[in-house]
Amino acid sequence: MMPTEQTPFERVVSDFAASRIALFGAALLALILFVAVLAPLIAPQDPYDLAQLDVMDSRLAPGSVAATGKTYWLGTDDQGRDMLSGIFYGLRISIGVGVASTLAALAIGLSLGLAAAYFGGRIDSLIMRIVDIQLAFPSILIALILLALLGQGVGKIVIALVAVQWAYYARTVRAAALAERKKEYIEAATCLALSHARIVFRHLLPNCLPPLIVVATVQVAAAITLEATLSFLGLGLPITEPSLGLLISNGFTYLLSGKYWISVFPGVALLATIVSINLIADRLRDVLNPRLQQ
Amino acid sequence: MLVYIIRRLMQSALVLLVMSLLVFAGVYAIGNPVDMLISPQADQAEIARLTAALGLDRPLWQQYWAFLRQAAIGDLGQSFAFNVPAIQLIFERMPATLELATVAMLIAIVLGIPLGLWAGLKPDSVAGKTIMTGSILGFSLPTFWVGLMLIMVFSVWLGWLPSGGRGPTIELLGVSVSFLSREGLAHLVMPATTLALFKLSLVIRLTRAGTREALLQDYVKFARAKGLSNARVVGVHVLKNILIPIVTVIGLEFGSVIAFAVVTESVFAWPGMGKLLIESINALDRPVIVAYLCIIVTLFIFINLVVDVVYSLLDPRVRIGEASA
Repeated sequence: MMPTEQTPFERVVSDFAASRIALFGAALLALILFVAVLAPLIAPQDPYDLAQLDVMDSRLAPGSVAATGKTYWLGTDDQGRDMLSGIFYGLRISIGVGVASTLAALAIGLSLGLAAAYFGGRIDSLIMRIVDIQLAFPSILIALILLALLGQGVGKIVIALVAVQWAYYARTVRAAALAERKKEYIEAATCLALSHARIVFRHLLPNCLPPLIVVATVQVAAAITLEATLSFLGLGLPITEPSLGLLISNGFTYLLSGKYWISVFPGVALLATIVSINLIADRLRDVLNPRLQQ
Repeated sequence: MLVYIIRRLMQSALVLLVMSLLVFAGVYAIGNPVDMLISPQADQAEIARLTAALGLDRPLWQQYWAFLRQAAIGDLGQSFAFNVPAIQLIFERMPATLELATVAMLIAIVLGIPLGLWAGLKPDSVAGKTIMTGSILGFSLPTFWVGLMLIMVFSVWLGWLPSGGRGPTIELLGVSVSFLSREGLAHLVMPATTLALFKLSLVIRLTRAGTREALLQDYVKFARAKGLSNARVVGVHVLKNILIPIVTVIGLEFGSVIAFAVVTESVFAWPGMGKLLIESINALDRPVIVAYLCIIVTLFIFINLVVDVVYSLLDPRVRIGEASA
C-alpha cells in the first residue's frame, strides 16, 4: 500500500512525469499546440492574404530583411511568403486533420469493436474478418486507392485517414472488451438487469480505455505522417489548404538548387510534432500497462 | 498441408475478386479519361468515337465482365496514356521496384539483427539506449522527408551521390539491375536506405525484445551452465530461437516495403511501378491503376501464403492444417 491514497488519474500523471524524456515530449507538444491554435494571432504575417505578400521577397534566405524592414527569420518561399508564418498555419492544418480523423476513426472503430465483442457470433466474425483483410494491407496503399477514387480535398483526406485507422481501434477495443466481459463486475451488472447500453457504455467501455488511449496517441502521429506523405505526393490537401506536407513538397524543386529552407523548416516542424507525440505514447504505454504496475 | 494450401488459394481468389470489383467500380467513378486524351478542340463526334473505341459507352457491369474475362487470360487492359497493355507497363517497371525493396530489406536485416542483439544483451548500456532511441526516431521520421534530407546533404551539399533516377542498368538473367555497376549502386544507395529505415527500426525492436525474452529462458541458463562461450550462447542458442518471429515479420513486411516504395520512388525519381501508380492516378489512366492494384493484391496474398507455409516449416510446433480448421 502507498502511504497516501491516489486516484488512478493522479497515479498515471505522477508515473508519466517520472520520465524526463516523456515530460520533454509533453512540453514540446504543448508548445506546438499553442502555436497551432494561436497561429492567426502570433504569426508575423497572414500567408494567405495576398495583399501582404511581395513577390520581390520570394525565396529569401533565413534572416533576410525585407524592404519593409521586416525580418524573415526562416526565409520565404517561391511566393514570397514568410516561412515561419506558413509553418504556423501548416501546423494548424496538419494537426487539425490528424486529430479530426483520429476522433472520427475512434468513434467508428470503438462502436464496431464493442459491438463485435459484446454480441459475438456472426456480427463478431463479420466485423473482424473485414478488419483482418484491411490490416493485411499497408495503410498507405489503402489511402492511395481511396484518394485515387475520391479526389482531393480536406473532407476526402479525412475520409481516407478514417478508413485507414478505424480497424486498429476496432481490434484493440474488441480484445480489451473480450477480456473485460468475463470479469465479475460485468456479471454483477447483468444480474442487476441493467440495459445493454448501460452495461456497454458505463461499465465495459471505461475499463477498455487504457489500451485505446495508447493506440489513439500513436495513431494521431501516424495520421499526421500519412497526411503529410499524401500531400507530398500531390494527392492530399489542395494548394488552398497547405499542410506541412505540401509546404515540404513545394520546396522540393528549390532544394536541388540549394535553397534548403523551404523544405527543411516545415520538415523540422513536422518531425517535432510526430516525435513529441510518439514520446508521450511510449511513456503512456508503460504507465497504462497493468502488467507493469506493482 | 495440401488441403490447407488449396483452401487458402480459394480464399485468396475470393478476396481478389471482391477487391477487383471494388477497385473497378471505384476507379470507374473518377473523372472521364476521354477529356485527358483528346484535344479541347475535338468535336462531339470525335469524342463519341473515342469513347466507343475505349469501351466507355457500355454499362458498368459489361465493362467489368469484359475486364474479368480479359484478366483471366492475363490481359488487364490497354493503358490510355501509353497505348500499350497495362500489365506490360507494370512488369517493365517491376524489376526496379523489386530491386529497391530487396536491397532495402537486406539493409534492414544486416544492420537490424546485430543492433537489436546488442540492445537486447546490454539494455542499460549507453549503446543499447542509443540504439533504442534511434529506433524511435526511425519510426517517427516520415520517409519522404528522410529522402529529401539525404538528397540535400549527399547530392546538393557534398555532391557525392546522384539525386534521382536509376542510372545505367546491367542485364542479369534477362532482368535489368542497378547493383552491379558502380554508378548504379550510387543511384541505389540513397533510396534503398530511405526505404530501409522504418523496417530497420522494426527489426531492431523485434530482435531486442526476442533477445531479452530468450535470455531468461531455461535453455539459455543451461547452455551457460554447460560452460559454453558467450558467443556460442548468443550466436547459436539465442539467435536461432528468436529468428522465427523475425523471419515471419520480415516476410510479411516485404509487401509493405513494395507499397511504401511508392513514396521513395517519387522522391528519388526511381522508375519503378510505385512512381507509375502516382503518374497514372494523376493522368486518370484507369487500366494501369486497376492493373497495379490487382498485381499488388495478388503479390500480397502470395507473400502471406508463403510466409505461413515457411513458418510451419521453421517451427514444428505450428501445425497449420489443424489451426485453420
